Amino acid sequence: MRSGLGIIVLLKQVPDIEKVRFDVETGRIDRSSAPAETNPFDLHALEAGLQIKEKFGGSVTVISMGPRQAESSLKDALARGADRAILLTDPRLAGADTIATAKALAAAIRKLGEFDLILCGEKTVDGDTGQVGPEVAELLGIPHAAYVCEIRKITHEWIKVVSDMGDKYLYELKLPALLTVTRELNSPRLPTLKDLLRAKRSQVEVWTADDLSEYIPLDQLGFQGSKTRVVKVVIPSTEHRKGIILGGDEAVEKIGRVILSEVLGK
Amino acid sequence: MSRKGVLIYAETMGSEIHPIAFELIGKARELAEKLDLEVWSTILGYGITDKAAELIYHGADKVYVYDDERLRDLHVIAHKSALVELAKEIKPEIFLLGATPWGRSLAPRIAAALDTGLTADCIDLQVDENGELVQIRPAFTGNILAHIKTSSRPIMATIRYRVMKMPQRDPSRKGEIIIRKFNDVNCDGIKCLGKVSERKVSLADAEVVVAGGRGLKKKEDLRLLEELANLLGGVVGASRPLVEEGWISKDHQVGFSGNVVKPKLYIACGISGSPQHLAGMRDSGIIIAVNSDPSAPIFRHADYGVVADLYDFIPKLINFLQKLKH
Repeated sequence: MRSGLGIIVLLKQVPDIEKVRFDVETGRIDRSSAPAETNPFDLHALEAGLQIKEKFGGSVTVISMGPRQAESSLKDALARGADRAILLTDPRLAGADTIATAKALAAAIRKLGEFDLILCGEKTVDGDTGQVGPEVAELLGIPHAAYVCEIRKITHEWIKVVSDMGDKYLYELKLPALLTVTRELNSPRLPTLKDLLRAKRSQVEVWTADDLSEYIPLDQLGFQGSKTRVVKVVIPSTEHRKGIILGGDEAVEKIGRVILSEVLGK
Repeated sequence: MSRKGVLIYAETMGSEIHPIAFELIGKARELAEKLDLEVWSTILGYGITDKAAELIYHGADKVYVYDDERLRDLHVIAHKSALVELAKEIKPEIFLLGATPWGRSLAPRIAAALDTGLTADCIDLQVDENGELVQIRPAFTGNILAHIKTSSRPIMATIRYRVMKMPQRDPSRKGEIIIRKFNDVNCDGIKCLGKVSERKVSLADAEVVVAGGRGLKKKEDLRLLEELANLLGGVVGASRPLVEEGWISKDHQVGFSGNVVKPKLYIACGISGSPQHLAGMRDSGIIIAVNSDPSAPIFRHADYGVVADLYDFIPKLINFLQKLKH
């Protein structure tokens, strides 16, 4: 019988959304305007994986798909306590929509072999879709729970979680299973300086599309394998807002009248 | 030859239909006229058969009903299996679900099983000059709007709650109700052990939201906002820091990682306006911002900006409204 649990955490590197700027004309993101960071939701998934490993033994493998520089997010995950890190990077994987992304990740997970639990954030701050996690679960034919805000209990056979769908529901999932987690689940640890130095020397394994070809036809991946295409991007205008700035006591009366006429209909 | 259709999934809450279902039918009706399609709906649950007529009254031509005890709970594999089987058989051109947490958990599994494209959290669907469907959705925490086309069929999308118009109910409308059998699938992987807690407020349904942020000095000061909210028949919202401080429950959180709201009136008190907050409220009807910092980003997204200390301004506003209301 196996002693520990095989845990996989899916991470994505994203631009720091609080700082990022967009070109209003083209709708393109100005990547130089913001540093890259690990998708904040995914850090909660990693923390959950590390806590389970600490309790049960086993290992945490982090997988990311993205450009070469996403390696820094994987090194950060190693510093926080992950055991193994794999970067899927290849121009043939680029431009993937959620289904093509999920296929690449599912193929990588198949290649890794046995696992018990897959964890990822509820969504990313750039794509905002929340679709990749459940799609990976479907492709692997395993159960999933989304918006997990609490892990109640875990054994080698099953996990009990609370899923926040407005109302909260308790689910029991047979392992292997996939969870997408919310920020309420835990507080991610910070790596110590010693951890960071150790991680700097550690290796991130780099896989290309060829490494996945045994598990998925390559025309199903990347831009070529995507079923959806972004045909246009626009920056939502704030011009329709009146932008009237008020101060002092005249503001009280003005705002009061706006509320009364437009909202209370008086 | 049989007609083609737009299929919408009618989400249920217990034995009630979630209002998003009617909004989806309204939009599907509009698309159906432009693309010469029928509007099909499906409803799954237990003891819901008598609700099917409501979907027809709101604009569906056909309703596929799965009424089975095994579909009572929000069981993602059971519901997915039934919907995948239905979609494979009736082959909709377009398949829409609500972008509720449940819809956003369920739809990706269906899309992966059907190997088709899925667009998340759309705020509009349009038909372009080539007669192709364009799906419009916010991305980058609401900083951009992406226009998306899908090359595979069905075109699948989840649609944000309360952005599409509610269609008129017409009880004289006729349609076809088709009772379907839920074929047994292996659902052992997941057991729903019941509801742990119910949401106390529904911010998404509120007409007025009075929200507080870091400008509040202590938890008790939320009462001030509550007083204003009560006066306006609204509810209290909060930015993420207040929820993370434990001042108020997550039900009240407005923002990318909380609730997306679209009230008639949004009053932001002591909220600076981070991108993650703006993503949750930028589509509100009228936005009023109260902040002592004149350079707070929230002012750029407000119809009315009040540069003032909220502790001075809000009590005066309450006082003014009370006087005028009587």
